[in-house]
Amino acid sequence: MTATAYDFAYVRKEEEPILAPPRRESGIVAWMRTNLFSSIGNTVLTLAGIAFILWVVPPVIRWAFIDAVWNGTSREDCVAPGAGACWAFVEAKFAQFMYGRYPIDQRWRVDLTGILLLIGLIPMAIPRIPYKKENAFYLLVIFPILAFWLLVGGFLGLPYVETSLWGGLLVTLVVAITGMVVAMPLGVLLALGRRSQLPVIRFLSITFIEFWRGVPLITVLFMASVMLPIFLPPGVNFDKLLRALVGVALFTAAYMAEVVRGGLQAVPKGQYEAAQAMGLGYWQMMRLIVLPQALRVVIPGIVNSFISLFKDTSLVLIIGLFDLLGIVQLNFADANWASPQTPLTGYVFAAFVFWLFCFGMSRYSIYTERRLQTGYRR
Amino acid sequence: MTESAAAGVVAPPHEGQRPLSQEVVVEISAMNKWYGDFHVLKNINLTVTRGERIVICGPSGSGKSTMIRCINRLEEHQSGRIVVEGIELTNDLKRIDEIRREVGMVFQHFNLFPHLTILENCTLAPIWVRRMSKRDAEQIAMKYLERVRIPEQANKYPGQLSGGQQQRVAIARALCMNPRIMLFDEPTSALDPEMIKEVLEVMVDLAEEGMTMLCVTHEMSFARQVADRVIFMDAGQIVEQNDPENFFNHPQHERTKLFLSQILH
Repeated sequence: MTATAYDFAYVRKEEEPILAPPRRESGIVAWMRTNLFSSIGNTVLTLAGIAFILWVVPPVIRWAFIDAVWNGTSREDCVAPGAGACWAFVEAKFAQFMYGRYPIDQRWRVDLTGILLLIGLIPMAIPRIPYKKENAFYLLVIFPILAFWLLVGGFLGLPYVETSLWGGLLVTLVVAITGMVVAMPLGVLLALGRRSQLPVIRFLSITFIEFWRGVPLITVLFMASVMLPIFLPPGVNFDKLLRALVGVALFTAAYMAEVVRGGLQAVPKGQYEAAQAMGLGYWQMMRLIVLPQALRVVIPGIVNSFISLFKDTSLVLIIGLFDLLGIVQLNFADANWASPQTPLTGYVFAAFVFWLFCFGMSRYSIYTERRLQTGYRR
Repeated sequence: MTESAAAGVVAPPHEGQRPLSQEVVVEISAMNKWYGDFHVLKNINLTVTRGERIVICGPSGSGKSTMIRCINRLEEHQSGRIVVEGIELTNDLKRIDEIRREVGMVFQHFNLFPHLTILENCTLAPIWVRRMSKRDAEQIAMKYLERVRIPEQANKYPGQLSGGQQQRVAIARALCMNPRIMLFDEPTSALDPEMIKEVLEVMVDLAEEGMTMLCVTHEMSFARQVADRVIFMDAGQIVEQNDPENFFNHPQHERTKLFLSQILH
């Protein structure tokens, strides 16, 4: 097995010098070359984009941070020429933005409700944590009762707090969360009803859905607040917030129904047949086979409806309830804080809070979609 | 009328292999079905006895799938009678569920539930329909998954399995309900050729254990091997039925001869 010289035509005697790596394959320059400057058109767009950012971002940063007034006690601090955002205003009014006119010495009840909600919500949102059934029971049965007791009160030792005193983020969250929790099951039932074989149920579902979808939410709220009392016998008075809750929930349910119906239609007929052939009843088939698949398909649509609902809560202003946006706006009229920067600051703050919640929902829905995708992995 | 009279020849027992039970488990008499104006099934008469293995063949659109789907009421019939395990199929939902509990079905496209694991697919009906405990249901499921030779896939999802494996799971899933009759609706038509064999093997095993089977299929080798009776359907009618020996070697009707000449070479 010894190799003799004539076995090989050419044998290299010393090592070749190592070549430098091709410059354009990696590194930040190469990345920019392929992604930002790959053609004349892209170069122009990149430069235009950079110019736009330079034009917009620095003034915004200057307004929001550098020139902003962070501390202060009145408008005097915010009217100085060249002053930016009047964060002192937000700071001074923060408690009101959160609770509205909820009595100051009772605000711990709102805080406690929020903590109780988080105690249920956080473990529910993390898939790895067990006891989902018990958790859901807490969130859907125990928590609402506790929340009602804490927020409204009037029994078991807590003084009654009228809902007309509620406001700010509290109202926004109460309307949005109740709306979502009621609209979701109702929407599913309406969607099933619309596809039902029974003509009466189908007709009622279609009527309901088309009525609520055909009317603007403002009209619904307005009618609930102005028209309803006309038809009700004198003396009978529904709580204003309750009216808004019912209106918003039914309105959202109609939209939800159509979203869910889209999902139901996406489940192949074979799934229904397989479920039927093994003897599952209608509700078992829907609950175990069809809805899990249908709802998974429409997660983006459902979250879309939720986000839309969350922002639509601002419309309760129409019937004299002050949600977060409403109460921020209300405070623009405070003579102590009236300054050129106050409204803009207030709106930016409100927008930021809304955005936080909506963005959170959006991210969580994407996470859920990915997680549930695993079942379909090939 | 003459045609259906001729078709009514009852097949003799299969070459004395085993005597067929006289217990009637499915009886279809003078059954008709329409889709709107289209007359899909015309005056169907069919009696199936316990343990009988029936293969139904015929050109596409001849109504063979529709006929077996009528047996567990996935399709409704408009006239005539269908009696399964002594229960007549009517609009009574309770009776329909009773029948469906006793009749297992395997579909062309498997129809496994994609959001459940293989094991969950198999235990779902025993738990929810038979009210079995989860442990018992899982035990039975594993037994049948072993019988279709894929116990190791129990915790995967259907999307991770090949077509042949999925169809075997579908068979196991149906068996978990301990059915007395099995319906197969073209179980191998959606499979690649090399996977057909593994599914047919499972079906042959099942047939040899004495399961009552009605099987719509184009697998004539399967028909020859296990069928007690082969039924040929065309244009919504049962044209001819006979034991496989006579059916393949001495077809009586022109239409049958033509069909056989097209699928057998």
